[in-house]
Amino acid sequence: MTIATIDAVPATRPVATYDEAVVRLFVVAAMFWGIVAFAAGVYIAFQLAFPALNLGLEYTSFGRLRPLHTSAAIFAFGGNALLGTSFYVVQRTCRAPLFGGWALSRFVFWGYQFFIVMAALGYVLGISQGREYAEPEWYVDLWLTLVWVAYLVVFLGTVLTRREPHIYVANWFYLAFIVTIAVLHIVNNLAMPVSLAGAKSYSAASGVQDALIQWWYGHNAVGFFLTAGFLGMMYYFVPKRADRPVYSYRLSIIHFWALIFLYIWAGPHHLHYTALPDWAQTLGMTFSIMLWVPSWGGMVNGIMTLSGAWDKLRTDPVLRFLVTSVAFYGMSTFEGPVMSIKAVNALSHYTDWTIGHVHSGALGWVAFISFGAVYDLVPKLWGRKELYSLRLVGWHYWIATLGIVLYITSMWVSGIMQGLMWRAYDHLGFLQYSFVETVAAMHPFYVIRGLGGVLFLLGALIMVYNLVRTVQGHERAEAPLARPRSPSGRTGALNPAE
Amino acid sequence: MSSHIEKDPVSVTETTGHEWDGIRELDNPAPKWLMYLFYATIVWAIGYWVLYPAWPSLMGGGYTKGVLGYSQRADIAGRLTAHRADQAGLRGAIAQASLEEIRANPDLLSFALAGGRVAFGDNCAACHGAGGAGNPGFPALVDDEWLWGGGLAEIERTILHGIRNADPDSRYSEMPKFGADGILKRGEIADVAEFVLSLSSRATDPLAAAHGQPIYEAQCAACHGATGEGMREMGAPRLNDRIWLYGGSKEKIVESITNARFGVMPAWSGRLDDATIKQLTVYVHALGGGE
Repeated sequence: MTIATIDAVPATRPVATYDEAVVRLFVVAAMFWGIVAFAAGVYIAFQLAFPALNLGLEYTSFGRLRPLHTSAAIFAFGGNALLGTSFYVVQRTCRAPLFGGWALSRFVFWGYQFFIVMAALGYVLGISQGREYAEPEWYVDLWLTLVWVAYLVVFLGTVLTRREPHIYVANWFYLAFIVTIAVLHIVNNLAMPVSLAGAKSYSAASGVQDALIQWWYGHNAVGFFLTAGFLGMMYYFVPKRADRPVYSYRLSIIHFWALIFLYIWAGPHHLHYTALPDWAQTLGMTFSIMLWVPSWGGMVNGIMTLSGAWDKLRTDPVLRFLVTSVAFYGMSTFEGPVMSIKAVNALSHYTDWTIGHVHSGALGWVAFISFGAVYDLVPKLWGRKELYSLRLVGWHYWIATLGIVLYITSMWVSGIMQGLMWRAYDHLGFLQYSFVETVAAMHPFYVIRGLGGVLFLLGALIMVYNLVRTVQGHERAEAPLARPRSPSGRTGALNPAE
Repeated sequence: MSSHIEKDPVSVTETTGHEWDGIRELDNPAPKWLMYLFYATIVWAIGYWVLYPAWPSLMGGGYTKGVLGYSQRADIAGRLTAHRADQAGLRGAIAQASLEEIRANPDLLSFALAGGRVAFGDNCAACHGAGGAGNPGFPALVDDEWLWGGGLAEIERTILHGIRNADPDSRYSEMPKFGADGILKRGEIADVAEFVLSLSSRATDPLAAAHGQPIYEAQCAACHGATGEGMREMGAPRLNDRIWLYGGSKEKIVESITNARFGVMPAWSGRLDDATIKQLTVYVHALGGGE
């Protein structure tokens, strides 16, 4: 283990030591689990197109591999990216080393990996409490609670021991993510184990109350894990990479508080037209609509931060990842409120449209902002001047973007088609299509979606190669992506304003 | 560290004076268009709360009902009632009419075919294939070969009571497991299979087929017929054509003789109402091979 000294800080500032070794561990874990998650996603995508790929084995059936894919993507890839960058960002922006020292941060890292492995083993062996995005059984939940509290202690301790007068906005979002996920995790997993020696447990709540708790959890896992956490990432890496000030401090305050207040109400929109009472559905829908602008606040602040630095997109594909992710974030957070409207939801619910929506957020926003952050971090963490190849980053960007476009457009078409087929009546009042006909009609789109996934996985493999070469200390001899524009000169060395 | 407000040279805007790891913030207000959009969504939400059921009461257990008086349950109940009323005339007529009368009346027939198609897709297509094209072990319903008969009454009985199930009126027959139960030896089974192939002119070993013939006549002809023409009373398939339920290769025929087959179908009388079963009957009858 090595502790890097802060050599970037001017000598007038107090010297401290940042723990970057644990960030390196998280970055490696994020990339490893990312490849696992993307590969599992590609495999189950093709299972839907070609059911023979279930192989007739319970362990490789869609029902068991699907939570493996979602958990690997959200909690293993996204989680490691969040934990790693939060540890990096909180140290830098608080000018303080991680609270709790080596032992506590290593417990958080290895404890979290143990949680991932235990959860994944359970899925493959058929141990599940059947709650979406909260499938692990009680013993894994207890372990995660322990690890999460340790994570909170490290993060909050670092914030409290900061040597900056103010708390940077990225840290507000990271802290909201950590605290809220703890609350959601504990309440949603309240359950009674059948025995201490067995994996099975029964939920404390039942019926529609249980369903509402589950989707209060499920939607806020999206809101606080996949949105607030990654907004924290965005608020550090976008201004850092663009070398521009954050566009608006006031906007960041408004959208932070509006976002965390409104998000927590939106869960019932997952239960439209169910046994959930009308009034709860109304609240879920209207709060989702009011959530639109607070979500867009993050996009506007991210995009506007690039004012005066747009030319950098020509030369810096890492910044391209970051900016595109914010654009996808804006698109998904518009699409979400639209889909929460009951009239729209009546068509979209239970169809592939939902899957497409989730992936425009997961691939376009969560994965792209993580890719951008990791590309930015790896040379710094391993003490290299630059990435092995910026041109390979460019290839990754275009291949992955094409993959996302194939994925979400095919799911829009297939989802809307599926919804329309379900509700089509003939002139005598009979349903026009049987369920199996709708499944058959979706086949070509399942294949296109699978190909989109292959492209996304291919891009990630290029990234891993690029990062490995970077860590090994190689730098590819290549022409720059585009010549920096000379008159503005902001990427050159002769900027008189600096 | 002291705050240090400065002007950003690019946007000519002041910073807030904070700085973290080299990151500063501009002191811009939130964009007006964004804030107005936010207020608009809030106004819209309040309007929706006035119109629709929205806020629960913390004391009484009730909730604000909304001025439109909307209720999801009342809404769906109303739609279902209207839908049933629309179909009531023709559904009632189908329930009263005989299968032949349905066939003869164009209005009833088109209604029965449309309803039968939906019922078939939901209940039958999983085994018999979309459109009744069949699957290995599950007969095609689009051809004119019938195991238990292809007339309206026979099809209706098959749907009502099913095949080889617990329903007392279910169709039933059982082929002996000639190999597994030791009735015939391996060589004899191979010879019989060769003879069965010869019934559809596909035998490749005339000598074996000749050896198989007396065994066939003794063991198989009672149900499958002397020339392999089959017997519907027993649900015994024809063997002298090229339509095969479990495969017509010699290997598959040997397997059928050795272990026999025992295809089952559920009785639908308790699951679907009589009018639906009549519609299904007329639909299946019209798929291609109705008699």
